[in-house]
Amino acid sequence: MIRRAVLGVYALLIIVPLVVIAGGSLKTTRDLFADPFGLPTNPTLANYSTVLTDQNLLLVVRNSVTVVAVSVPVTLLLGSLVAFAVARLPRWPSRLLFGVFALGLAVPAQAIMIPQYVQFERLGLRDSLTGLILVNIVVTLPVAVFILAGFMRTLPGELYEAAEIDGAGPWASFWRIAVPVSLPSLAATAIFLVVMHWNDLLYPLLFIDDPGKRTLPLALLDFQGEYLTEYPLLFTGVVVASLPMVLAYAFLQRHFVAGITAGAVKG
Amino acid sequence: MVRSPRRSAALLLFAVPALALYGGFFLLPAVQGLRYATTDWDGYSPTFDEVGLSNLTEVVSDDDLFRNALTNNLKFLLVVVAGQTLLALLLAVLLAARSRSSTVLRALFFLPTVLSSVSVAFIWKFVYDPNFGPANTLLGAVGLDSLKASYLGDDGAAIFWVAVAQIWFHAGQMMVVYIAGINQIPEELYDAAKTDGAGKWQQFRHVTWPMVAPATTLVIAYTTLQSFKAFDLILGLAGNPPRSGLDVLATRIYSTFANSQLGYAAAESIVFMVAIALVTWLQNRAGKVAHG
Repeated sequence: MIRRAVLGVYALLIIVPLVVIAGGSLKTTRDLFADPFGLPTNPTLANYSTVLTDQNLLLVVRNSVTVVAVSVPVTLLLGSLVAFAVARLPRWPSRLLFGVFALGLAVPAQAIMIPQYVQFERLGLRDSLTGLILVNIVVTLPVAVFILAGFMRTLPGELYEAAEIDGAGPWASFWRIAVPVSLPSLAATAIFLVVMHWNDLLYPLLFIDDPGKRTLPLALLDFQGEYLTEYPLLFTGVVVASLPMVLAYAFLQRHFVAGITAGAVKG
Repeated sequence: MVRSPRRSAALLLFAVPALALYGGFFLLPAVQGLRYATTDWDGYSPTFDEVGLSNLTEVVSDDDLFRNALTNNLKFLLVVVAGQTLLALLLAVLLAARSRSSTVLRALFFLPTVLSSVSVAFIWKFVYDPNFGPANTLLGAVGLDSLKASYLGDDGAAIFWVAVAQIWFHAGQMMVVYIAGINQIPEELYDAAKTDGAGKWQQFRHVTWPMVAPATTLVIAYTTLQSFKAFDLILGLAGNPPRSGLDVLATRIYSTFANSQLGYAAAESIVFMVAIALVTWLQNRAGKVAHG
């Protein structure tokens, strides 16, 4: 009885705000204030057309997609190469290599963002998607290495040796053995990275000045200043920014939980 | 095992691209940060002066803004760590048994984790709106007008309301960590407790709680780090720059930097790191004492 009540109340605490947001994006401000919880009686797409035209939101979405589409695969590739080396090197070199990356886990981005700003500015990489991609890669590499090395280390050495006895070098045994066997771990890491990179505000805020290069979270933050309490417009932004992740979560739920939790536990 | 120096050298080559990027754009700036912290550089002038350790001593001993942010951050940390850990444990205990409904509820409770912090901030900004927000509307509807609050508008309490939003955001994630911990507890322990006549609470007290200690350590450590990193959520809820009641260390560093005090912001970053290390160390100590 108590169990049902607790779970029911918490379920409502999650569902109600999400329904209010989704419904609110289809209402006028007046309708939202009059009845925040009800379904939209006169649904309108006016909010969507406003944010799409005023904020050039399609371009913003394209920027976000570009950043994620490049930074995630590159981080995965670089991270899994390191993880493979950590798993296959003799003890001390392996520990040293792993330790160097583990060091990065203890340093929050907020602690190094300022010297990074100076460095990217000097190299002309600030205010560019290239710079944003680069900084995403380096900041999330430690977590990627941690998750992937954790997995590859548990694989039995015989697995690789069988291939190497047949004359295959490390490069071949990486692609033919390590990568296929590690697919579940790679998928989990990929999802963790997608969520991190898609949702990040810190680096876009620090690096991007040109409105044409904004990513979704940064554009959303700008909404706040422009629309103040025009909640339906804010909600529309929330829907556009969140829908891809929520849909992906609906279909790949198990991988999301595995990936984000692994990232959390390790990161 | 095949262990040849040539093979090791080849394997090290695998790590070179990652090491180059990570070394150049993560470790190197981390070291440069120490250097900037001893200057009065504004971030764009061609010249600056050496100020030695005076930035650091000022941050630590004579900076009301920084102290205010530290206090807010610690309040936020305490509420989030206590609230999120207890809630996550409660939900995990209620949902640990496999069933169709528990699978659905787990998925639902985890859902907020995939949203962006700015999205979560906007959701709660509306919930807390003193005039039109659901929180006050609901209180009014059930006749509890006396409990109506101004939430984020109340400088003394605002940080606690942000903590509630943060808990809503991440409790589901920590619930998953706890469920994994609970599922590793051997069934025999519960059987033995039942044989001894232990009720539900005693089973929790004497079996579940001690057995999930590793998960608790993990959850607290992660939540602590997360509370120090809460930057996006604060900016989304409070605006940029946040008012003093909602300023935390990360936003303070950002504001100092945006105010063209780059050297001083670098010094604040160092104190920020030290504060995290200190809190983590204290927690480890407390954990060791608690677990013998």
